[in-house]
Amino acid sequence: MNITFLLNGETVELADVDPTATLLDWLREDRGLTGTKEGCSEGDCGACTVMVTDTDGAKALNSCILFLPQLHGKAVRTVEGASGPNNEPHPVQQAMVDLHGSQCGFCTPGFVMSMVASHANGATDHDTQLAGNLCRCTGYAPIIRAAEAAEAQPVPVWVKDEPVATSAAPTMLPGSSDELAALYANHPDATLVAGATDVGLWVTKQLRDLTPVIFLNRCEDLKKVTITEDEIRFGAMVDMNRMGEALADMHPSYAEMIRRYSSVQIRHAATVGGNIANGSPIGDNPPALIALGATLHLRHGDERRSIPLENFFIDYGKQDRGPGEFLEAVSFPRQPDRLKCYKLSKRFDQDISAVCGCFNITITEGTVTDARIAFGGMAGIPKRASNVEAALIGQPWTPQTIQAALPAFGTDYAPLTDMRASATYRLETAKAMLERYFLEDQGEVTNVLEVSV
Amino acid sequence: MSVTKALPHDAAPLHVSGVARYVDDIPTPKGTLHLAFGLSPIAKGRITAMDLSAVEAADGVVMVMTASDLPFANDVSPSIHDEPLLSDGTVHYIGQPVFLVVATSHSAARKAARLGKIDYDKETPILTIEDALAADSRFEDGPRIYAKGDTDAAIAGAAHVIEGSFELGGQEHFYLEGQAALAVPNEGADMLVHSSTQHPTEIQHKVADALGVPMNAVRVETRRMGGGFGGKESQGNALAVACAVAARATGKTCKMRYDRDDDMIITGKRHAFRIAYKAGFDENGHIQGVSFHHYAICGWAQDLSLPVADRAMLHSDNAYLLPNARIESHRLKTNTQSATAYRGFGGPQGMVGIERVMDHAAYELGLDPVELRRRNYYEPAHAVTEHAPAEKPMGHPDPHEDLTSRGAVEIGNAPVRPLPAGGNTTPYGMEVSDFELHGMTEALLKSSDYAARKAAIQKWNAANRVIKKGIAFSPVKFGISFTLTHLNQAGALVHVYQDGSVHLNHGGTEMGQGLFQKVAQVAASRFGIPLEMVKITATDTAKVPNTSATAASSGSDLNGMAVKAACDTIRDRMAEYLAERHQADPSTVIFSEGTVSVGEERYTFAEAAALAYQGRISLSATGFYKTPKIEWDRIKGRGRPFFYFAYGAAVTEVAVDTLTGENRILRTDILHDAGASLNPALDIGQVEGGYVQGAGWLTTEELVWDDTGNLRTHAPSTYKIPACSDRPDVFNVALWEGENRENTIYRSKAVGEPPFMLGISAWLALSDAVAACGDSYPALNAPATAEEIWHGVQRIKGGI
Repeated sequence: MNITFLLNGETVELADVDPTATLLDWLREDRGLTGTKEGCSEGDCGACTVMVTDTDGAKALNSCILFLPQLHGKAVRTVEGASGPNNEPHPVQQAMVDLHGSQCGFCTPGFVMSMVASHANGATDHDTQLAGNLCRCTGYAPIIRAAEAAEAQPVPVWVKDEPVATSAAPTMLPGSSDELAALYANHPDATLVAGATDVGLWVTKQLRDLTPVIFLNRCEDLKKVTITEDEIRFGAMVDMNRMGEALADMHPSYAEMIRRYSSVQIRHAATVGGNIANGSPIGDNPPALIALGATLHLRHGDERRSIPLENFFIDYGKQDRGPGEFLEAVSFPRQPDRLKCYKLSKRFDQDISAVCGCFNITITEGTVTDARIAFGGMAGIPKRASNVEAALIGQPWTPQTIQAALPAFGTDYAPLTDMRASATYRLETAKAMLERYFLEDQGEVTNVLEVSV
Repeated sequence: MSVTKALPHDAAPLHVSGVARYVDDIPTPKGTLHLAFGLSPIAKGRITAMDLSAVEAADGVVMVMTASDLPFANDVSPSIHDEPLLSDGTVHYIGQPVFLVVATSHSAARKAARLGKIDYDKETPILTIEDALAADSRFEDGPRIYAKGDTDAAIAGAAHVIEGSFELGGQEHFYLEGQAALAVPNEGADMLVHSSTQHPTEIQHKVADALGVPMNAVRVETRRMGGGFGGKESQGNALAVACAVAARATGKTCKMRYDRDDDMIITGKRHAFRIAYKAGFDENGHIQGVSFHHYAICGWAQDLSLPVADRAMLHSDNAYLLPNARIESHRLKTNTQSATAYRGFGGPQGMVGIERVMDHAAYELGLDPVELRRRNYYEPAHAVTEHAPAEKPMGHPDPHEDLTSRGAVEIGNAPVRPLPAGGNTTPYGMEVSDFELHGMTEALLKSSDYAARKAAIQKWNAANRVIKKGIAFSPVKFGISFTLTHLNQAGALVHVYQDGSVHLNHGGTEMGQGLFQKVAQVAASRFGIPLEMVKITATDTAKVPNTSATAASSGSDLNGMAVKAACDTIRDRMAEYLAERHQADPSTVIFSEGTVSVGEERYTFAEAAALAYQGRISLSATGFYKTPKIEWDRIKGRGRPFFYFAYGAAVTEVAVDTLTGENRILRTDILHDAGASLNPALDIGQVEGGYVQGAGWLTTEELVWDDTGNLRTHAPSTYKIPACSDRPDVFNVALWEGENRENTIYRSKAVGEPPFMLGISAWLALSDAVAACGDSYPALNAPATAEEIWHGVQRIKGGI
């Protein structure tokens, strides 16, 4: 396919692009721009970070799992384009030098580009902005000092990119859900690529050949967030950063869980639809959405159907999605916020959950009147804790009720032992999360992230 | 003077603009070939059949090599030739290279490498300490034992005896730049190798053996590494040798870089240990005797395991005067990756052992852990006793032994002196004469407000059910020198050009630590010129030969001195010439602030260089340095293995969620001894980075192998090094005002490894927080992941 994008301000037109060629390989091997580094080739270290500007603005993205066709119509800026036309350093570059933010220097271009993007957006929550960039040398302190030092400096004109005008998009880059529906119905064997944060690894790690590939990123109508009096509806292509922003006021615990969901770079690419559709038992959205009573909206050609989200997950690796069928949206009812999401992992930021427990328990006059509880990491699929829910509903909201409900976890779940956690730890911390929900409800300090010296 | 200035890293402007070049960034000629290894999928067995036809037929494949295709040595071991480049028919771990693919692209090579069809006769692998002990699978004949006094009697007679055993996990280096090498075939039999290595001379040696040429036919160049941490001391050998062999066979430039997962599966890591201890204390908390059993998991090949395990023994005292001590070290051979050098080189493991003992004893005796430690410190520093070591009788070295490797053996026997009188000596008989920790501890406790915070934490813990806080102090005393004495040497090559610009080269390698900048500061200071006049150049075996690895924190100590010697030689020649021209005494010629003054006359340095050139004075010199005073017998465990000690101390405060074990570092205060720092900014960088890496080792960084020997944590998705928000919320780092009592370069101290061990305070603080949940000692294993902490909470609550 033929695509067009801007690279450091210059138009690039590429013909006959391999649809699963990554931006990183193209930059380094074809373009000779070796400033952008490969550290892990799976979106976990950030050494390959570049800034991509589209109609939503400037975003840091991992170029190692970014396929070239995803860039059609966008503007890419690499570390080589962070400095000005006369090699004037960008404020973050100068601060990184002055404040000793680089040692071996290999992660540095990625950090610089994350900082260039967050600086352009005026973001000052540096720990969150840089959670997707690993550094093994500095211990991060001087990098944060540099990010802080650059905050007040103006954004240099040369990093202000605009998306580029293009001619018609290639066929495999449909521009709407209607086009996608028709295309996919004709190519039911195609691989759908939403953000490529998972599919990217099929290419870089599993070395799979995916053709044909359909890219969803131009389907603007799938990126809508619709909030009515009754319902919140997320188009399948809503990325995780936008999802977090939309939820911040209504369900802050969910939004905070999303803040810890991978990294800024991955959240810019990752979509709620992708997180559901890949059927992973450890995706963080499904348990939260199930706890909120979400409905999944699927489409095949012009046929649409809606199912309770929990029914989508049939078994490990098996979902209720037919050939040529795709996710259009997920929705859930507006409700008073009783949702708490507990994401348990070895590391707080940018780690896959060992256990993700989401609790939505309604108390009316001291009695549990409703409970929707769902977990990731506890079974082969995201799964509701039906027996626990049953043990709670109708009971007084007391420590005794909590204790009485705990054994039901053992009937709901038989988790596995793997490199993230043992079965015992998973089961026991799932119970502890219910205790935490109760204690938090009583005003007890239970969040270690909120404690300071 | 340039030394002591807090200048940024010399390459920082190149790093931030993407211009700094690493091996994979070097432009290569058209037709460059790319390599990948086919790996063993089983942990132990014999190859019974190998069908590589699908590999050979794959897109882009130019050549496939197995052991039988190697023309000369099939060996990438840094020690006893037990590590073939490609399997010799037996396999010893999951990830062992079995065959080599040479292809037209990195991706083609990787894809083809997965197509080998190999049949194995599987054997039961040895994966655990129990397996290895049962099979008596070990390196060396039996355990090594270092001892001082009568430990059993001392413990038996002590008022309080504590006993325990814990697991201490290994650690993946996770250098951000994976292993990489590039070989360019030159004319005749010559080979140029670019390697991301801490040890260019060893690469040169292994490549020469593999090509059947003398070392003078191989030139190795290393401009910089994207991180090393010990992981590039010996683990780069395989890639460099593979590239050289393939380049020789094809006549093409060959490049190899490991994909991250391959890197983690193939290469060695920090040694995991089990440490069992028994110690006796008197009523006042004075240690009477301590016994350690170290069980080090060394993996399948010897690599550098012996000196690593030795150094663990040598740091089993840390900062404490042990009147009686016995350390028994088992070096176990297992069917896992060959454990290798990692920042601290065994020192951290040994130190964690004694810090655990101190922590446990303080808990049992009800003493403040800092107070108990201070009571057991070595005596404060006093005047240094001078003695020169005797020359050793030399034996005959094996020509194929890589004498520059830490895996080499000492030639000849060191004469062993009797233990010095006075008793302020280590368990291996070295007098501790530079002990700084009394003053440092006092200063740190004050600056960190330790006592008040400890009291506040007690209040917090009494008031909070779920979140418990903990605080801990830990000191570091780390021995500086290679324990293989002959490695403590370095060379340098300095040219002054006729325009006064200086070209600087030495045997050290740059992996981010700022070595090149520090050494350039030394050169600029010797000539009294601005730093900009000194050109830092890539490490090159053709310029400075027979180098030791940049390891053991020795880089600036050794190379700084060698460069100083070279600069002084040139400076003295210039001074002599100018003095003669002006009928002055050479000692009155002053090199300062960019000028050279002779009596009333003042020249710019450039003018002085031009004059010297016209006067036919040689403006090029080599420099050489060898560390004085050291002598060591690793078999007997006696001598002075270290020139001096570097010190540090840390106080860490943490918070633990007792429901799940999740935890955070809230505040860390560090006081570190870098002597008279050559560059305080770079040294503080080493301290901050070392601490976070050390804390990572003991908290979130967990290596998990399954019961077939398959490493399950082989990517950053599953192996979790600290991320940005894992650094302490409040992070105060200061350098101790002092200077090295020994005559090192400008009286500075080595700083690469010692701060790593300050991270031990984080592990101890977590234990302190867990201890608030019950009435017994938490006895945490390491790493103290959230799960391990949760188990600790359950244990002391009397739960599961």
